[in-house]
Amino acid sequence: MNAAYEKPRSIRIADANPSVFFASGLEYNPPVRGMWNIVHTGMLIPGAHQIFACAQGCLRGVILTAAEMNALDRMSWISVSEQDMYDGTLETDIIDGCTDILHKLPYRPPVVLLFLSCIHLFAGVDFEIILTELRSRFPETEFTDCYMTPTMRQTMPPAFKMAAQLYAPLKPRPKNPRAVAILGNDRATDERSELVRLIRQNGFRLHDLTLCRTYEEYQQIAESALGISYTPAGKFAGEEAERRLGIPHLHIPASFDYSEITANYWLLCDSLGIPCPDFSAEIAAADNALDRSCAIIGDTPVAIDFTAVTRPFELAKLLTEHGFSVRYIIADTASDEQAAFQWLAEHCPDLEIFSAVNVNMLHFRQETHEPVLAVGQKAAYYFATDHFVNIVVNGGLYGFAGIQALTELMTDAFLTPKDSASVLRHKGIGCASCLL
Amino acid sequence: MKNVSRIIPCYAADTSGVCSALYELGGMTVVHDASGCNSTYATHDEPRWYDRQSLIFISALTEMDAIMGNDEKLIADVVSAAHDRNPAFIAVCGSPMPMMTGVDFDAAAAEIERRSGIRTFAMHTNGTHSYINGASEALYTIAKEYVRDIPKAAGTGVNILGATPLDFGLGGTAASLRQWLHENGFSAVSCFAMGDSLDSLKKAASAKVSLVISQTGIPAAQYLFEQFGIPYVCGIPTGTEFSKIIADALKEAAQTGTPLYPCAIGNSADRGDITVIGESISACSAAAELHLQTGRKTRVICPLPFEPACMNGALESPASEEEIERELAAYIPEIIAADPLYRMICPPQAKFLELPHYAFSGRCFDKRIPDYVNPNLFRL
Repeated sequence: MNAAYEKPRSIRIADANPSVFFASGLEYNPPVRGMWNIVHTGMLIPGAHQIFACAQGCLRGVILTAAEMNALDRMSWISVSEQDMYDGTLETDIIDGCTDILHKLPYRPPVVLLFLSCIHLFAGVDFEIILTELRSRFPETEFTDCYMTPTMRQTMPPAFKMAAQLYAPLKPRPKNPRAVAILGNDRATDERSELVRLIRQNGFRLHDLTLCRTYEEYQQIAESALGISYTPAGKFAGEEAERRLGIPHLHIPASFDYSEITANYWLLCDSLGIPCPDFSAEIAAADNALDRSCAIIGDTPVAIDFTAVTRPFELAKLLTEHGFSVRYIIADTASDEQAAFQWLAEHCPDLEIFSAVNVNMLHFRQETHEPVLAVGQKAAYYFATDHFVNIVVNGGLYGFAGIQALTELMTDAFLTPKDSASVLRHKGIGCASCLL
Repeated sequence: MKNVSRIIPCYAADTSGVCSALYELGGMTVVHDASGCNSTYATHDEPRWYDRQSLIFISALTEMDAIMGNDEKLIADVVSAAHDRNPAFIAVCGSPMPMMTGVDFDAAAAEIERRSGIRTFAMHTNGTHSYINGASEALYTIAKEYVRDIPKAAGTGVNILGATPLDFGLGGTAASLRQWLHENGFSAVSCFAMGDSLDSLKKAASAKVSLVISQTGIPAAQYLFEQFGIPYVCGIPTGTEFSKIIADALKEAAQTGTPLYPCAIGNSADRGDITVIGESISACSAAAELHLQTGRKTRVICPLPFEPACMNGALESPASEEEIERELAAYIPEIIAADPLYRMICPPQAKFLELPHYAFSGRCFDKRIPDYVNPNLFRL
């Protein structure tokens, strides 16, 4: 089947180039909606009001994201017509539109996230002029430049930029040497993780936007003496926060490699000025959890997709080392996990990598599949299984405790099927939804 | 301000209209866009996406290709995908970025057709118009490209024009219409474009009359009228009273060869005791039934493009959030029938009848989208 395609949808790992697995082409959008978009992320700032200025086609998705979250009262929009693009009124249309919206709101939001789109940037809109004028008209409100620019996704992914802009409204304040922040996540880090326990048990105050209930709590993030990130988007957010607010940044990427996890904790403890504990017990607990899970799941094929975990190849290696039968990975690149990729290419050369968006994936779900345990929504959809781990971007899991928790989720998914159709349609895992 | 909304959504865009109209016909529709159009369409504008696959793709336009005017990438990728998927036809349409860079979709379509050997047409969307524009062009194009003159079918064959989930969801309206036609002595020749294959649509010229159930069917209806002399009737046979009028109108139009707009009676007052907000033909049909049932004055507010004849000669209607809110506040109807998301700008004193509209609220109320042919739908 694959051989007949001009652009194959899958490739053996032994034959794959780790930088780019598949030729670019037209793209299919599978109906799984758990990943967050920029609207979900922006809603994390307590009290923030979002205003999108863009064409109707672009507005539709963001507005209905807010509608499904029951949050239309925190979302307004300004539509852009063809005429607007060419008559020299781009900036004034946005300024006047924002002014109109803010006058109509029943309250004055502390911060407005103002999103412009690809066409604005291509037209050379002067965002700074817009922000300056709005700040002069509404001095009590913060205006933050935000971007819905998927055309620029290869140079600046919108999710990365959004993660960084989450902290743009923060006002600098004196540093508290006993305060640290986890930056750039769209969900809280598991309290059981060694990361959070190290911070809390050593008397540090932990700031995390996902836990903020008020705008003042949010502003207190700026007191952090250390900004920690562990996701790719978080890394960019941490770097930006360091540049803007002087919060020293430490990136300790979420990993499934024991030595990297340990090294990350050494770095963390060094940054916090605390002794690094021994993690033998945590490692043993993770190993035991993997072994217990493998005893139950057995040789059932496992499929992992890149939306579930940020390092699917590392997870595949770890699971394989513990006896799992990892057969499929859905991903477009392994650029951040070369060592795991090479190990798998050597030890599991027939492991098959699938494209997430190739047009020839359209009917893949309807083909006959052996029963598969999926880690992630795309894997669940494509392999037509109700047995899947329903997380995105690591699900807040981290470290050895994260590995233990993930294996427990895999066991649970193996034993207890989910209603795929209703779970996969829910937009933004963890967000409120009128569909539930 | 006309281009501003504080709280209500916007309608589905023209690109979604094209995709929705062509969804079931076996073609391949390609939106030249970075990523948002397909995600938005597949998530919020297309209820068939999970259970019924269709060749709807995006070009995944990048910044560099846009800057460099790399139309060759679009053309080559479409031809490659056509090789792999073998569609019945190819439609290519544009989004805001190609509008900015001035992509010539007619030329691109011609080149794709030359290389692939598959009939290819351009849809002239740019993401700044409503789904009405896109779906209208798509249905018109299918009629123009594929309908050829053939002998009339026995009895009174009817084309149903303007059926897409954007206006009717999967609430059963299209299937119920076929049943209703059968029960009233008609037969459905084709349905543009739900529940029928491209081969069925090709036979549309064998019908004696067309039933236009949304504005998206008007250009196709006019084409079939001008090309094959098939008259059309605008309206949905909704409720117990208005459905009789539609049945009579279909017979009359088939006999006289004259287009009729019976739905227009729904919009007969400047300030209706009952006001319906929505797509012109469905809203007017609902208003007509409410008028016939109650004898009260009814008015339709249509924020979308419409045919004046369907709206009783009206040339314009409040369209923006501000205009609609101000208009309703000025006379406060007793009853407002509209998508539930309009409730946020309606006077609280008015009784609100929920009329979920997929092209407006997407999936939010998808389980409650009505079957317009249900005779009890508008029973007060």
